[in-house]
Amino acid sequence: MISFNHVTKSYGEEITAIDDVDFTVEQGKIVVLLGPSGCGKTTLLRMVNQLETITKGEIVINGENSKDLDPIELRRKIGYVIQSNGLFPNMTIEENVMLVPDLLGWSKKDKRERFSYLMKLIGLDAKDYGKRYPHELSGGQQQRIGVVRALAADPPVMLMDEPFGALDPIIRDKIQEEFLQIQREVKKTILFVSHDIDEAIKMADKIVLLRDGKIMQFDTPSEMLAHPKNEFVSQFFGKDRAIKGLSLHTVQNLREVIGLGPVDEAIQDTKTIHVHQDLRNTLSMLLNQEADQVIVKDEQDENIGTITIDMVQKYLHYEIKGKMSASQEG
Amino acid sequence: MGNWARFLEVNAPRILELTIDHAVLVSLAIVVALLIGIPLGIYLTTNQYLADTVLQIASITLTIPSIALFGVMIPIFSLINQGIGFVPAFVALVLYSQLPIIRNTYTGIKNVNPEMRDAAIGMGMKTHQRLLRVEIPNALPVIMAGVRTAVVMNIGIAVIAAYIGAGGLGVLITQGISRNDNYLIISGSIAVAILAIIADSILLLIQKRFTKKAIAE
Repeated sequence: MISFNHVTKSYGEEITAIDDVDFTVEQGKIVVLLGPSGCGKTTLLRMVNQLETITKGEIVINGENSKDLDPIELRRKIGYVIQSNGLFPNMTIEENVMLVPDLLGWSKKDKRERFSYLMKLIGLDAKDYGKRYPHELSGGQQQRIGVVRALAADPPVMLMDEPFGALDPIIRDKIQEEFLQIQREVKKTILFVSHDIDEAIKMADKIVLLRDGKIMQFDTPSEMLAHPKNEFVSQFFGKDRAIKGLSLHTVQNLREVIGLGPVDEAIQDTKTIHVHQDLRNTLSMLLNQEADQVIVKDEQDENIGTITIDMVQKYLHYEIKGKMSASQEG
Repeated sequence: MGNWARFLEVNAPRILELTIDHAVLVSLAIVVALLIGIPLGIYLTTNQYLADTVLQIASITLTIPSIALFGVMIPIFSLINQGIGFVPAFVALVLYSQLPIIRNTYTGIKNVNPEMRDAAIGMGMKTHQRLLRVEIPNALPVIMAGVRTAVVMNIGIAVIAAYIGAGGLGVLITQGISRNDNYLIISGSIAVAILAIIADSILLLIQKRFTKKAIAE
């Protein structure tokens, strides 16, 4: 758990970079710091491992005030992932990944076992990749290595500073999925910096939206999309925030609320979609292809119904707009 | 050609002896220069103000003509009865090597990718661990380039040291000039050139041996 208690950072009298920030990252959850450039999100992240100083307030990490901890020991207990080039080109992949365990004095055997385990997590062959150097890997592989290096000494807390920012959209999407999969297994407490709204919605249990060092809103992604607290939040997520919100809902959700259409056995050549696919992708599929419906398949690959644009719209109306108008009335 | 054969038959042992003297003088000066220059260069990366001053002084040293510097050494070292010979030559060579060594060590480490340094600090490396494991290995090609410059430069400058009685291959050249003997001048110059090429090649091999493929590229 990481608690920010009225944290402020100022340079001299005039400039306040971080202004009375107060929120908590619960055990095992991902909180994304989101905001435009210069809003202080990276500064805030770097205050946790004391790469930046705190002017006022305190950061409490798993019950201990960060000020009372030795910065070197503190940093070794926190996984740290940065955007790019964080790997050391003079070290092999194994040396890179095992750096913190090495600093902590782990035995050779423990390090080797841990390395195999971590490489298995990201689906790379430990023997093959261990001896290679970072420049011999693709950008996506390097970033995966960057992530497992942060996990190496099994730290309870991780700080991730736009870890997937330098990757192309297809690889980024894949690595985000992979990382969420890993997170389900390791359950770390994660503070994650991003400037990408879609990434924040996808990764976050909760989002902290910052502007000029102040928290604009601290909420779950769906709450933030449905009930933006002020003008800045609703503008930041944009007019298409209802569509963005669709990525938080799956075909299964829609099926539970309004049900699916009947399967017309006569139509054979239409596209199919998996029941756990999100509604944003479903909608774009419906818009892209000429047929006005797609067939939904379940885990057993059985056709269980069809879905149309009208149904997505209806669901949107019930689930998202319904909540929005309710909040405006309330 | 016959003349050359006769010349070498008589002078080969002397040329070899002078070459060894020359190499010893330059090597000792470089070893001491490394012991001073590399730690100083590393330290300067942590002190910007001092860095500017020291690099300036080292630059000025390099602009002093070598014959003048050797000349200045004579009255200074006369105070300890070492006015001419090995000691003043050695000190002058150490001074000349400082700039390339300090400057390249300093710039090499300063230019290590800041994100890499950030990652090293963020992962909890202490200053010396960061230097030894990340910054120096990644700065090694630049540091070695400075060392190679210093060595080749010193092999040339040490020729002048013959004028203050420090021996070495300069003796052949100065004698050749005063006796108007082309054999001595040419053999001395070629020996200096060969020595410089060999020294540079050896250092290049050492550099490649200790630099990981990834950084060399």
